[in-house]
Amino acid sequence: MTNDEIKARVREFVSRFFRGHDLQDNEDLFATGYVNSMFAMQLVQFVESDFGLTVESEDLELDNFRSLDAITALVQRKSGAAV
Amino acid sequence: MELSPGQEAARAAFAAYVAEHVTPHAGAWDRDAATPREAIDRLAATGWLGAVIPAAQGGAGMDWVTFGLLNEELGRGCSSIRSLLTVHSMASHAVLRFGSRAQKERWLPLLARGEAIGAFALSEPNVGSDASAVETVATKDGDGWVLDGRKKWTTYGQVADVFLLFAKAEGKPVAFLVERDSPGLTVEPLRGITGTRASMLAELRLDGCRVPAEARLGGVGFGLGIAVATLEVGRYSVACGTAGIVRACLDASLAYAGERVQYGVPIGQHQLVQRMLAGMAAGARAAHWLCLRAGWLRDAGDPAATHETFVAKYFASTAATQAALDAVQIHGANGCSEDFPVERYLRDSRVMEIIEGSTQIQEVAIARGELAAAPRP
Repeated sequence: MTNDEIKARVREFVSRFFRGHDLQDNEDLFATGYVNSMFAMQLVQFVESDFGLTVESEDLELDNFRSLDAITALVQRKSGAAV
Repeated sequence: MELSPGQEAARAAFAAYVAEHVTPHAGAWDRDAATPREAIDRLAATGWLGAVIPAAQGGAGMDWVTFGLLNEELGRGCSSIRSLLTVHSMASHAVLRFGSRAQKERWLPLLARGEAIGAFALSEPNVGSDASAVETVATKDGDGWVLDGRKKWTTYGQVADVFLLFAKAEGKPVAFLVERDSPGLTVEPLRGITGTRASMLAELRLDGCRVPAEARLGGVGFGLGIAVATLEVGRYSVACGTAGIVRACLDASLAYAGERVQYGVPIGQHQLVQRMLAGMAAGARAAHWLCLRAGWLRDAGDPAATHETFVAKYFASTAATQAALDAVQIHGANGCSEDFPVERYLRDSRVMEIIEGSTQIQEVAIARGELAAAPRP
């Protein structure tokens, strides 16, 4: 899966929480005020179920989920996907 | 839907253990407001405290259905010691699911053998259903953390060796594994509880409590998610244990209604008593099957398990309240006496409608889930 394909799927999921907001790839999701404290774990569950990955304890850092770019990079790193 | 031969055998073993080692003592434990250490050690010796921990890490590696059956059978005998299994399994699950390699290597073997008892420290004096509002504060300090705050209603907190504890760091939720002997942590028993009196509740006082960096479970910002995921395990455990209360009410009422004679016949022959027995019988079966359904879905990795666990807990806990009310009614004055277990079932059932999400929280979650899944015109 390419970088763009991963990001498109991530954007599709995350956009459900940001209706009416034009999300930038590097925008801080947690600084927008659109999401609550559960959002971080919802992102974890999305990454695990949609990409078939296991998010390890060491990955449970907000910086890995802070933006579309960060989530895409995490998925790539965990899956070894080609850029 | 049927149990496998292995699950049937496990249930028989659980029932035999409870009949010999739990049920005969549950009333005394309740009156003493304590679970004897030997009772905890005996349960630990079965290996069942490691139910949710895989065999590779020293646990019993039970599937979720079998774990549910264990909770149901324990709950038939004593809701307090079933609560021990609940909170210990919640802590174990959190380490298994969210722990670092070092945390897993350290804690899972101890928790699996029951050599360390785990507990769940989320509720606070001002914080119940709204878990996002915890007031306990975690402050980074050098290479560790300092915790300040209060935790309340911590089940088996009086004997727990490690607490899965939730705080906020710079306003973001974060989880820790806090050891009992951490400097600045004081554990105070809570007494005078309505139900599950033997569950050794405690209040935790964290006054500049220092914990090392490696005590943090998952990253800052993930605490609420860890709490919610862990509560789902607790909710399933409580649902199954509460199905056991309904069954215990039915068993006690059938026995009493068959022996107690009024107006020249056993009271079970009076139709208004039969109405109560019928309601209990239906409730016991429905609670059992709803719990099994939630367990099967969980074993299958089906996301619907979360919703079905809400349904199972909601039904089982409200059915337990009605069953316990009716069981006391059938027992008459005897039902209001410590000489019969049904008054304990009534007090315990009240607790089950409050813990792991109150009845009202379940109702909101269930209704929202159903609305979201409903076909749109």
